Amino acid sequence: MNLYAIRAIFGFEMARTRRTLLQSIISPVIATSLYFVVFGAAIGSRIPEIDGVSYGAFIVPGLVMLTLLQQSVQNASFGIYFPRFIGTIYELLSAPVSAFEIVIGYVSAAAVKSIVLAMLIMATAALFVPLRIDHPLAMMAFLVLTAATFSLLGFIIGIWADNFEKLQLVPLLIITPLTFLGGTFYSIDALPPFWRWVSLANPVVYLVNGFRWSFYGKADVDVFLCLALTLIFLCACLGVVWWIFKTGYRLKS
Amino acid sequence: MQPIIEIARLSKIYASGFEALKSVDLTINAGEIFALLGPNGAGKTTLINIICGIARKSSGTVRIAGHDNVADARRARELVGLVPQEIATDAFETVFNTVSFSRGLFGKPAAPALIERLLTDLSLMDKRNSQIMTLSGGMKRRVMIAKALSHEPRVLFLDEPTAGVDVELRRDMWGVVRRLKQDGVTIILTTHYIEEAEEMADRVGVINKGELILVEEKSALMRKLGRKELTLELAAPMTAVPAALSDFALALSSDGQELTYRYDTKAERTGITRLLQALADSGIRFRDLRTSQSSLEQIFVELVRRDK
Repeated sequence: MNLYAIRAIFGFEMARTRRTLLQSIISPVIATSLYFVVFGAAIGSRIPEIDGVSYGAFIVPGLVMLTLLQQSVQNASFGIYFPRFIGTIYELLSAPVSAFEIVIGYVSAAAVKSIVLAMLIMATAALFVPLRIDHPLAMMAFLVLTAATFSLLGFIIGIWADNFEKLQLVPLLIITPLTFLGGTFYSIDALPPFWRWVSLANPVVYLVNGFRWSFYGKADVDVFLCLALTLIFLCACLGVVWWIFKTGYRLKS
Repeated sequence: MQPIIEIARLSKIYASGFEALKSVDLTINAGEIFALLGPNGAGKTTLINIICGIARKSSGTVRIAGHDNVADARRARELVGLVPQEIATDAFETVFNTVSFSRGLFGKPAAPALIERLLTDLSLMDKRNSQIMTLSGGMKRRVMIAKALSHEPRVLFLDEPTAGVDVELRRDMWGVVRRLKQDGVTIILTTHYIEEAEEMADRVGVINKGELILVEEKSALMRKLGRKELTLELAAPMTAVPAALSDFALALSSDGQELTYRYDTKAERTGITRLLQALADSGIRFRDLRTSQSSLEQIFVELVRRDK
């Protein structure tokens, strides 16, 4: 195992975050905090409690998940796409680094960044809404698992994309709508039966509900199903990454 | 000499059907400077990219210090450093950090003293904390070399390392190359400045249309393929070469002051005595004469033209 290489990639990615602190950390924290101010403190006080949880507190797990998904995908996709774009990928391809080590380096950096961000958002949320975490270990498990899974997805997107527009395509046109329609701001039990059934086809519903269960002990769907689906998605992403390195897709001519 | 790179029947066919390399066989010895020459699109970069693991081969084998570069990629790649043709660096990173990153990527622990020595050798020490985007093109090229040397490779590939670099910088770079050779590093270089290959290389390989058409010791190549020219400075200018001298294929300079005769140094008879006699018989007098050896560039051009 080339631990020095993993450390080099991880350190390089974290250095990029330090250089762009405003854009990487402060901006997403402020943007998400605005939701707490508007929906939690301002409008939230006029909305009845959901399953005994105030509306402001109810939306926190969903909003944290929204940021986690977006940031994991963006961090990892940019991390691997940028060397391809500027040509420095030659160094990675010619170094004695296995595919596994490359993925560990980029994905762990992306995941750590989004987890730190998620923690900051939760800490900020606690200033505006009454936040509690019933199952902290489960919360951390969901956080880490989701960050790793979507960082892998981001890595795949970063390999697939051949321009900056494609890089933004999945976070903006797929993840954001799915998260907004995935029970971030409402319980899917409140939907008419048909739309509840449609919502169950949305994978983000399971991520949001699993995560929300770790906060308040309540979810619209079975929490083990949430965990199982997250693990299945993680395995699917790992499979695609394995195929990418086996075939050299978009990496080697 | 101990071989350090052994290439056997190496072929590369791209998805488009273009055959970039056609069954290339090549052995490069440890500690030598090997110049790979060829026109644009001949296959030089493809060959280097396959050896370094950046491109995939279609068939054949590449062994570096006995390690197959695919089956035993990690061991093979540890030994190799690459300076690619294009300048590709992370513009926002500092010189010191980017060179340290390269060392880590190649599985070596941090060594600030070594990196600093490298930066000093490449006249980059005063730029160690500068962002790469603030450097000139030549400086960026030096950073690329520092990155390639950061893990102390035994084999260094320099793909057009002096393209777009000013004369002074180029001279400095070749100084570094000479020092590396003294330290036992094997250097494989491609260059368009053939005079550099002529000055630096121990052996020369010429590749054209994906085929390695020649591999030779540089000095032997110069002897074998090198032609000499005898130039006669005429006492009186002439407007055309007299018919009596047509057998010698003489070239008359545009001002009519010089006659040039090309001859093969390895031929049994060079024809010089016969030419001088014919000149005397025709009453053509000359004030002075000189001979010159053809350069590697002329040999290269001739080889590639012959291969067309």
